[in-house]
Amino acid sequence: MAARSTFHAGLALDAHKQQACGTPIVELPPPTQVVLALDQGTGYSAEPVVTVGEAVAVGTLVARTDHPSASAVHAPLAGIVVAIETREAAVQGGRSVCIVIDGDGSDRIDDSVRPVADPAALSPEELVQRLRDAGIAGLGGAGFPTATKLASARNLGAHTLVLNGAECEPWICCDDALMRSAADDIVLGALILRRAAGTVRCVIAIEDDKPAAIAAVTRAIERLRDDALTLAVVPAVYPQGAERQLITAVAGVEVPSGGLPADAGVVCQNVATAAAVARWATRGEPMLSRLVTVTGSGVAHPCNVRAPIGTPLAALIAASGGYRGKPLRLIAGGSMTGRALPSDEVGLTKAMNCVLVATRDDIGSRLGAVELPCIRCGDCADACPVGLLPQQLLRAALADAHDTLRQLGVRDCIDCGLCDYVCPSQIPLAHRFRDARRRLHEAEAMARKAADARERHDLRKRRLQAAATAEQQTFESVRDRARRPGDDSTGDTN
Amino acid sequence: MIAHGDPATIPQATRTDMRFDTSPAPHVIAGYTVPRVMFQVLFALVPAGIAHVALFGPGLLLQLSVACVTALLAEAAALRWRDRDAAPALKDGSVLVTAFLLAFSIPPLLPWWLGALGTALAVLLGKHVFGGLGQNPFNPAMVGYAILLVSFPAEMTRWPVPMDVESTRTWSELARMSIAGFYGADLTARWDGYTGATALDSIRNGLDLRYTLPELLGRDDIAGTLGARGFAWINLAALAGGLYLMLRRIVRWHIPVAVLGGLLVPSFIAHGLDSGIALGPALQAFSGATMLAAFFIATDPVSAATSDRGRLWYGAGIGLIAWIIRTWGGYPDGFAFAVLLMNLAVPFIDRYTVPRIYGRQP
Repeated sequence: MAARSTFHAGLALDAHKQQACGTPIVELPPPTQVVLALDQGTGYSAEPVVTVGEAVAVGTLVARTDHPSASAVHAPLAGIVVAIETREAAVQGGRSVCIVIDGDGSDRIDDSVRPVADPAALSPEELVQRLRDAGIAGLGGAGFPTATKLASARNLGAHTLVLNGAECEPWICCDDALMRSAADDIVLGALILRRAAGTVRCVIAIEDDKPAAIAAVTRAIERLRDDALTLAVVPAVYPQGAERQLITAVAGVEVPSGGLPADAGVVCQNVATAAAVARWATRGEPMLSRLVTVTGSGVAHPCNVRAPIGTPLAALIAASGGYRGKPLRLIAGGSMTGRALPSDEVGLTKAMNCVLVATRDDIGSRLGAVELPCIRCGDCADACPVGLLPQQLLRAALADAHDTLRQLGVRDCIDCGLCDYVCPSQIPLAHRFRDARRRLHEAEAMARKAADARERHDLRKRRLQAAATAEQQTFESVRDRARRPGDDSTGDTN
Repeated sequence: MIAHGDPATIPQATRTDMRFDTSPAPHVIAGYTVPRVMFQVLFALVPAGIAHVALFGPGLLLQLSVACVTALLAEAAALRWRDRDAAPALKDGSVLVTAFLLAFSIPPLLPWWLGALGTALAVLLGKHVFGGLGQNPFNPAMVGYAILLVSFPAEMTRWPVPMDVESTRTWSELARMSIAGFYGADLTARWDGYTGATALDSIRNGLDLRYTLPELLGRDDIAGTLGARGFAWINLAALAGGLYLMLRRIVRWHIPVAVLGGLLVPSFIAHGLDSGIALGPALQAFSGATMLAAFFIATDPVSAATSDRGRLWYGAGIGLIAWIIRTWGGYPDGFAFAVLLMNLAVPFIDRYTVPRIYGRQP
């Protein structure tokens, strides 16, 4: 239970959490329309199984997938599918195919939505499959399908399930609110996840700046009396909640570079995901809604909202009292890693834990940044939780030196943004590294393609040569035979 | 006003047609700046400057003004030739740090044109031929200093006899001599015997003449009130300024500690082996440019090694080379050459001191 020394470096940031955390959770009524992105934030999309004009009920499967990085999508409200088209979305690249559903005001529930009679009766494999079918995805910000993580944990024999309640990023407090109000759900979900992942123990990790959440979860754990379910209080240092950093803090092991947490015997899930699993177990509800923090100086009443997936952000902002002042950026996520969105018409995704409506008060430091050359002061290296040398990476990135970039670990970067944050030359380092990773990726794909083409060309050449040789031989043998017709009967001397 | 949680009063989505800017994360930064770093360094030099002026007369102030003016002009000219915007570079303060470090290194009696020449060369050859701020492999101030030292050895080793030597006259006479020296007057006519080598230089010459170290250190005109004739005070003041920089986290401990270790450990051993000729660690630490070099010159991040472990090697190399030059070399103090030599070694050090990355084998 003691706060442990955590990972290399990191930084205590201004939390900005009191704005939204002071008020009770707002339950958003079903909006008139939802926009369900088929890419729920992982970069991989599900495929629609409904058509325009089709009626759907609450919980109807609208998009399915076999891809391990995509999750199934269900209708969060009853109504009619009015469009399936590419729209702006809170995803990589900014666009995704979306299913748009107009609500009919009823609360018709799909037949498939039935409480799970006894989750303990299901085999772990069945459990994983059912969670996949329910579209359960990580609610911590990445939106990665929970079932995929659980399956790899089973395959690799993970021993520890870490439930991430660190919530280290500024502004975001929906997990805090959830832990305070639904600790029992989290604990129930933890038991199901532990069983599905096949781990021996489960540790719930919370940062030490959330005393109320710690108290609530402690009480819930005590009621359960399960020795293999414990609480770990970790220091409030950004990026404590980053998967790898949290695993090191809680389990004392490092996830190998380029590997999975399960390679280190650990699987990590968000506390909100555990609560969603509990909702699925008790009500049979697939992932239809999530708790999201709506905050920033640009909204009138910052608060945490429980809203259906697909709710247009404009509706969330309206539920928080609407815009205030001069909003400049609409950020899905927190101020350090959040994605700035072009418009408030995009739908809430499973991966979106925060809607930060930022005015100049919130992001002025970035807006006023003047970039100067790197002076190699090394503040970035001191802050980097991965132990990288951003000052050297920057040189390699500018020179597009791919080998150096790989050696210096550009792919080990977790994109936390701390190097940017502390840089006195105010260089957008994180963005440069994202760019460098993309170029590295493209160059490698190109090199693979080139090697492939060369191999194909060589093989073709060899085949043509072989054919030519064979033809030549045939020709020669035929020619020889034509020139010396009697050659066949060499023994005949007459 | 919205009553939270009451569905009846929560408005539905309102189309706002607002478009937002989609700049990449992070959306907030700490707001540290390069000028802040540079001006903290200048500020930390104030105690050493006060000690310098009190002991050696106002020559430092004259050298500082000519160095700063020349540095700004050279920076502006270089940027103009390179077709760059001069305003941000002049405001970042880096060129002033170069000017300050050079002015602190040269003798306060130096004619103004030598100070100007050294500064101009520092900025142009030390910095801009490599591409300006952040690109220079060598410490610019030390480039300027080294060129002056090898080109004008007599002028570059002539210091006033400081105030803490009994035979010195008054500070106002020091002031008059500094001004005369600044304008290039022939100092030997009127001020002879009033100028001389530094303590380190005198000790070296004495040792060459077969004196023993205790004999030399017993002389007031070498030791002054605290040892090292004037420089002990400046070193103490520079140490204070350096500790301030470490406290403000402008300078990390690695380089200063390694420089001092590289200098003091061998001198401790040598002094233990033969106290008659080898300078002890206390004298080494508080004479010549030791503290200025350890905290202000070697710590220039642009030309230093960049990882913590690399900085330890880099600093230790500077201290060790300075000790070697002080002990056997042809120059009384060795920090300028020590810094330049280790600057050369930086790419090599950086290559072999990359820290272990999370999740990788050591």
